[in-house]
Amino acid sequence: MKIIVPVKRVVDANIKIRVKPDGSGVELANVKMAMNPFDEIAVEEALRLKEAGKATEIIVVSIGSATCAETIRTALAMGADRGILVKAEGRIEPLAVAKLLKAIVAKEEPGLVILGKQAIDDDSNQTGQMLAALLDWPQGTFASRVAVDGEHVEVTREVDGGLQTVRLALPAVVTTDLRLNEPRYASLPNIMKAKKKPLDETTSEALGVDATPRLEVVATREPSGRQAGIKVASAAELVAKLKTAGVL
Amino acid sequence: MATLLIADHDGAKLGDATAKALTAAALVGHPVDILVAGENVHAIAEAAARLDGVAKVLVADGATLANLLAEPLAELVVGLADRYAVIAAPASSAMKNALPRVAAKLDVMQISEVTAVVAPDTFERPIYAGNAIETVRSREPKLVMTIRGAAFTATASGDASAPIEAITAPGASAASQFLGADLTTSTRPELGSARIIVSGGRALGSAEKFDAVLAPLADKLGAAVGASRAAVDSGYAPNDLQVGQTGKVVAPELYIALGISGAIQHLAGMKDSKIIVAVNKDPDAPIFQIADYGLEEDLFTAVPAMLEALK
Ligand SMILES: Cc1cc2nc3c(=O)[nH]c(=O)nc-3n(C[C@H](O)[C@H](O)[C@H](O)COP(=O)(O)OP(=O)(O)OC[C@H]3O[C@@H](n4cnc5c(N)ncnc54)[C@H](O)[C@@H]3O)c2cc1C
Repeated sequence: MKIIVPVKRVVDANIKIRVKPDGSGVELANVKMAMNPFDEIAVEEALRLKEAGKATEIIVVSIGSATCAETIRTALAMGADRGILVKAEGRIEPLAVAKLLKAIVAKEEPGLVILGKQAIDDDSNQTGQMLAALLDWPQGTFASRVAVDGEHVEVTREVDGGLQTVRLALPAVVTTDLRLNEPRYASLPNIMKAKKKPLDETTSEALGVDATPRLEVVATREPSGRQAGIKVASAAELVAKLKTAGVL
Repeated sequence: MATLLIADHDGAKLGDATAKALTAAALVGHPVDILVAGENVHAIAEAAARLDGVAKVLVADGATLANLLAEPLAELVVGLADRYAVIAAPASSAMKNALPRVAAKLDVMQISEVTAVVAPDTFERPIYAGNAIETVRSREPKLVMTIRGAAFTATASGDASAPIEAITAPGASAASQFLGADLTTSTRPELGSARIIVSGGRALGSAEKFDAVLAPLADKLGAAVGASRAAVDSGYAPNDLQVGQTGKVVAPELYIALGISGAIQHLAGMKDSKIIVAVNKDPDAPIFQIADYGLEEDLFTAVPAMLEALK
């Protein structure tokens, strides 16, 4: 079984972003970029399935500008087999990403698509569910455990009340939550090897997908700020202040 | 045209999240119908019908909807979509799972986690863990959106009841099957609706200490218990207590952060709380930059002292 792992290039999770003063978006020039952390977890899970003999090939897909090739190389250095870069400029919404991925799934016929539950830039939490819908496949989102067993995959999901386990007939879409695994670091020899792994390029036109955004971003602003308050000297003073403030 | 709001519930009662989402849905301007899907959900439908201003409640009752799996729920909603201009749901885990599936089937781009209704086609939503707020206008023929409960007050309930109409539940899906659930049982308030939250971080050091320190304070204050990702990852607290960018987003009257450093991903889930208290022994912990009251002290001495002062 092949596994497709879509990965997104996003601003590094440790960076505090700034909104452009003119409200036209978030400052991305000269900002450190990285693979979306949830997608790293997806790559790791695919690698583990391959190491356990449940998968034969791992194909990493990224959609965006030419620089997304770096993100694909990171996944190849972790151990994925080959990459596909779908070149596209500008804002690509989850619905368009799902359509592009559907076109790639049609060509590659994977048994499983594993991807992050959300991208830490737009925080949409949509792509996996949309892909499953377009393919008419079952979905196991927010996974904290994935077990492939023959023609099925069992997924334990992080839900509001705790955990829920579902059993899906393959092919299926799985989206990862934080506690699924801890992604490995790529070793130097593997980083070198990754440079020689195949990386194909395609475009939304070639895949026959109209990726025009459906939502118009009218403005981007800073959230209303919060001022630091005061330091109190003791627990007793804290309780007294909270009583005065009327919350206790 | 009208708005369809999908109710979130735990199988037993209508969650507060639905009453909050109703407030946002009503701002869009159309009459709002509520869909209650599940198994044995008549009491929940009755509660939904008593929410102020609801036009009608649709109830789909059947075993296939028992656990609100995305596949049958999306099928049900897509079947109703023709009649509605807007399909909305609270941003709960069940709805975050199902609604994008509905949107894609309708070939509509979803607007996730709406925090303000600017105009009937224009909404605010947070991006980058809430470090930026985006205003988006939809060009879609239909709107599909999830609503962040923490940003809206709950619509009140009254004695008047909207009509309740039964609709057919979808058939079983062979491709997706519910195996089981491991749900946290607690007598404390839910994170999403609690007035006070006491939250613990990595500093607690173990599940035993997490409970020993937080439980007495939470009980004394009638508070819900929350946790940082580090506390959940380390097994001190169950996953459903995680507050943050990828956990629950809360905005209580009072949020007490104990031994939590204040990473942006954690702040994303609690910085709209009315009053924030931080107890941390590191004077430079970032949490102090947003706390209304900061106490620089070891939490293992500070919490007992707080309990003493509350007597
Ligand atoms: C993609 C992604 C998503 C994430 N999502 C979330 C999320 O949803 N929620 C979330 O919380 N995090 C999230 N994180 C993790 C986040 O970045 C931080 O790692 C996490 O919040 C840290 O938890 P903490 O504050 O408990 O631990 P630490 O950062 O280790 O802080 C512990 C604090 O306790 C203090 N301390 C230690 N001992 C004591 C003592 N005895 N008394 C008082 N103070 C003490 C220390 O000074 C320190 O400030 C996410 C990260 C990523 C990359």
